[in-house]
Amino acid sequence: MTQFIATITILLSLLLSGCSQSNRPSLYQQLGGEAGIAAITDGLLHEIEHDQRIVHHFADTDIARFRRLLAEQLCELSGGPCVYSGGTMQQSHTGFNISLADYDALVEGLIKVMQQQNISISAQNQLLALLAPMYKDISYR
Amino acid sequence: MICTFRRLLILLIVLCYPVTALAGSKIIATGGATSIEGSAGGGIVPWAVTNGYASSGEWAATAFATVVGVDDFTLNVQGASVSYNNQWEWSFARQGFKLDTLGGELRQDIFGLKYHFAGELLYTALPQLSLGLQYKRNRDFALPQAVGARDDSGVDLYLAATKVLFDQVGGRNLLLNATLRATKAHQTGLLGFGTATDNNYQLVAEGSAVLLLNYNLALGVEFKQKPNQLAFANEQHWRDIFAAWFVNKHLSVVAGYADLGSIAGFDRQQGYYVSFEGAW
Repeated sequence: MTQFIATITILLSLLLSGCSQSNRPSLYQQLGGEAGIAAITDGLLHEIEHDQRIVHHFADTDIARFRRLLAEQLCELSGGPCVYSGGTMQQSHTGFNISLADYDALVEGLIKVMQQQNISISAQNQLLALLAPMYKDISYR
Repeated sequence: MICTFRRLLILLIVLCYPVTALAGSKIIATGGATSIEGSAGGGIVPWAVTNGYASSGEWAATAFATVVGVDDFTLNVQGASVSYNNQWEWSFARQGFKLDTLGGELRQDIFGLKYHFAGELLYTALPQLSLGLQYKRNRDFALPQAVGARDDSGVDLYLAATKVLFDQVGGRNLLLNATLRATKAHQTGLLGFGTATDNNYQLVAEGSAVLLLNYNLALGVEFKQKPNQLAFANEQHWRDIFAAWFVNKHLSVVAGYADLGSIAGFDRQQGYYVSFEGAW
């Protein structure tokens, strides 16, 4: 029985390590590096611009600055050679009262863009895993 | 059966028509499917998610039809639900359980209420948590009474926790659900509630694990613990495996294989599960 458990444990750890980073490219590379992230950023701006549910939140936004900071943030988050120079998520969203529906709409827009750019489902999910927890800092502030 | 197919056909036509109709903001597939009791969930387990795609401040409605065909019985279910604010869900389901071998039918109505009180399926470390209530009322009670059921109606209470974990298996997302239910129902209520000697609630556990292959396709397994209170025949736990296809935010189809164990003396009841859901 002990041997059985040991075997299962080894097999599981092999299985899990096989699925994790060991020798797969960084998320930054999987997203297409600098060009890929620029394309995601521009795609997302386009989605926001055409999404009546959330476009009003960006009425007073400096789009050029927003674009630069979003690209920096995605680059840093995904392990790329950038340093995000903007404020905290709490600071930059205070006063906007971003709702769950707003957040869902933005995530939906991001997914649409990643699909259009043929980013692998695994890389999409890795990025969503990094962005999803920001909800608590961004929403209802 | 023909009637069921006609209903399904009408449902499908209605669903395919308003492709431009507005859907809620929730991400596709996050409303789950509709379980046989009418609550959002998998096939046989209610989850903490609310039916349809109503995010904060939004309303959603769903309609569904399900057929489960096992060796000696066929379960037909139709129903509808309304959800609000990703928080409240009101549901209705009408079940007809055909006794194909014995002859006859057991019918039951289920009124459901669900309240999502904490956590967020996708965005918080805490799983989405909901409390649910299902008021079940037999429309045929002669047979349940004859085999020892005390009441023709009962209330199930459940606590469900559901969470999507990103990038888990081969880069795919995994949905896990655990549900704890208090019930007096025999065979989910189709054979009545309570017995002459025991009218206490039984606590049972139910679970689902679903691998989201992409945004539209998912594979799942479920387990539903059941009480075994009636003396006349053995009642066993239920299991199923299924594939779900979320065609778009208006239409989803679930097909699976269900193992319902022993029912009213008929052992090894296994067979197909098919469900269609429309959402607006």
